[in-house]
Amino acid sequence: MSAAMDNSAVGPRPGNRLSALFWRRPGLSLAGLVLPPVLWMVLIYIAALAVLFVAAFWSVDDFTGEIVRKWTLANFQEIVTSPTYRRIAFRTIGMAALVTLTDAVLAFPVAYFMARVAGPRLRLALITAVVLPLWSSYLARVYAWRLILSHDGALNWGLKALGLPPADIGYTNVAMWIVFSYIWLPFMIMPVYAALERIPRNYFEASQDLGARGGRTFLKVVLPLAMPGLVAGSIFSFSLTLGDYITPVLVGGPGSDFIGNVVYSNVGVANNIPFAAAYATVPLVLMAGYLWLARRIGAFDVM
Amino acid sequence: MESISTRIFLALWTILVIAFLFGPILLIAVYAFNVSNVQSWPIAGLTLKWFPKTWANQEVRTALWLSIRAGLLATTIAVVLGTFAAFAVNRARWRGREALSFAVVLPIALPGIITGMALNSFFVFWHIPLSYWTIVIGHATFCIVIVYNNVLARLRRVPGSLAEASMDLGAGAWMTFQRVTFPAISTALIAGALLAFALSFDEVIVTTFTAGAQNTLPLWIFGAIRLGQELPEVNVIVLAVLVVTAVPVFLAYRVTQDR
Repeated sequence: MSAAMDNSAVGPRPGNRLSALFWRRPGLSLAGLVLPPVLWMVLIYIAALAVLFVAAFWSVDDFTGEIVRKWTLANFQEIVTSPTYRRIAFRTIGMAALVTLTDAVLAFPVAYFMARVAGPRLRLALITAVVLPLWSSYLARVYAWRLILSHDGALNWGLKALGLPPADIGYTNVAMWIVFSYIWLPFMIMPVYAALERIPRNYFEASQDLGARGGRTFLKVVLPLAMPGLVAGSIFSFSLTLGDYITPVLVGGPGSDFIGNVVYSNVGVANNIPFAAAYATVPLVLMAGYLWLARRIGAFDVM
Repeated sequence: MESISTRIFLALWTILVIAFLFGPILLIAVYAFNVSNVQSWPIAGLTLKWFPKTWANQEVRTALWLSIRAGLLATTIAVVLGTFAAFAVNRARWRGREALSFAVVLPIALPGIITGMALNSFFVFWHIPLSYWTIVIGHATFCIVIVYNNVLARLRRVPGSLAEASMDLGAGAWMTFQRVTFPAISTALIAGALLAFALSFDEVIVTTFTAGAQNTLPLWIFGAIRLGQELPEVNVIVLAVLVVTAVPVFLAYRVTQDR
């Protein structure tokens, strides 16, 4: 009898002693939990970022193609002085900013509708409708736009049906702008919705009771409280655009190279890893600053 | 309360945005049935002939199999490490807690080329040849955060007193985990695992830097689109991938909505 109950009763079994030990010394079990993920992140990811950072200061021997592990600023010098690399960096950053702005404008009314107007059932349906494209294949969606925007695609077909001249925007920067805005839009809607949903209803009433009209309530109450959501969304739209090189290849034109394209061709074709690493530090430094700011605003709570 | 005109404007805007989100996806689904191998709109006619043809394509099969194997192992690693991290962060205030939660988010918060490039130079640095294993390492690294977020969000809603009550009633740590904590977080775990797999199955940017000469399914699709080859097969695969990834995502949201 007692042996059968032993499973749940307090007894001198080793398992129980072990759990008692963990209970008395929470630090021990905490260490057991912390170590595996910390080791993985530090030994692989943080170490990889460190290698990337150090490799940026190395160079490649022109004759042998071997990496020379000697400290030099030559890569950075080339990035800063070469007009081509400067232009590509500015194009990438400019596009990321433009896409972020576009998505914020497109997303805000939707998030607001979901949080404040839609009933619970409609809200759930809309969340699903926004989340499904977010998780559906990235390549499928970019490819869809490649077909839509191409010369004999659905866009020109639609324009022709309306009696309008064709808009040949396939393989241009305009096409990239549309596709990026499209791809990252759900990443903006969700955090803005999460931020708006948290605003207690009586804040709106209080603002109105104090005499604020709709526009003023929006500017003084809604917008500041939605800010962490907008910042969280912008982390995704900005960072994902900054780090992309697939969309420029598939829907961009000859003059649409991104930082990512240069990095990729230097790893693959040119086999100049130090230069690729140096160029990759441009978005890295940019995002490090951005993330640090976002943390201070509290954007991580609604991500 | 918002005025009627504001509400109408918001509703119309929402309808347009949802149409914008789904239009291209519906359109690309139609292309899979395109008779012609020229991809113009409107499509020339409907056919099912590309489906068996795609299934018979050996390259596609190899790529699909690699994607599945890499996704399964990466998801398993991410589930273990993400759950550990979530428990550790939820448990107590300890030094480095903030740093861990920050480090876990980094692989998806930083631009994809950085994660890819960093891992690539790391493998080159240690003379590790790119293989199945390097793909798995890359995928696991950015999938951890998905499981972590799901489990942590759940743990924050489950009161710690439940586990304490179980201990007071004489259950050991393992039994408390088995009978109290695990059932409380199980759906969050499943959702996290499904989403992590979906993310791994679709990833291109980091994978190009960690795969070497091998093709995962997205890498094969990317190569084919870029070269403009085998586009009818691409149309079919793209439709299949859209349907197949919708299932785990839909399930993930269902299991978490029940609570």
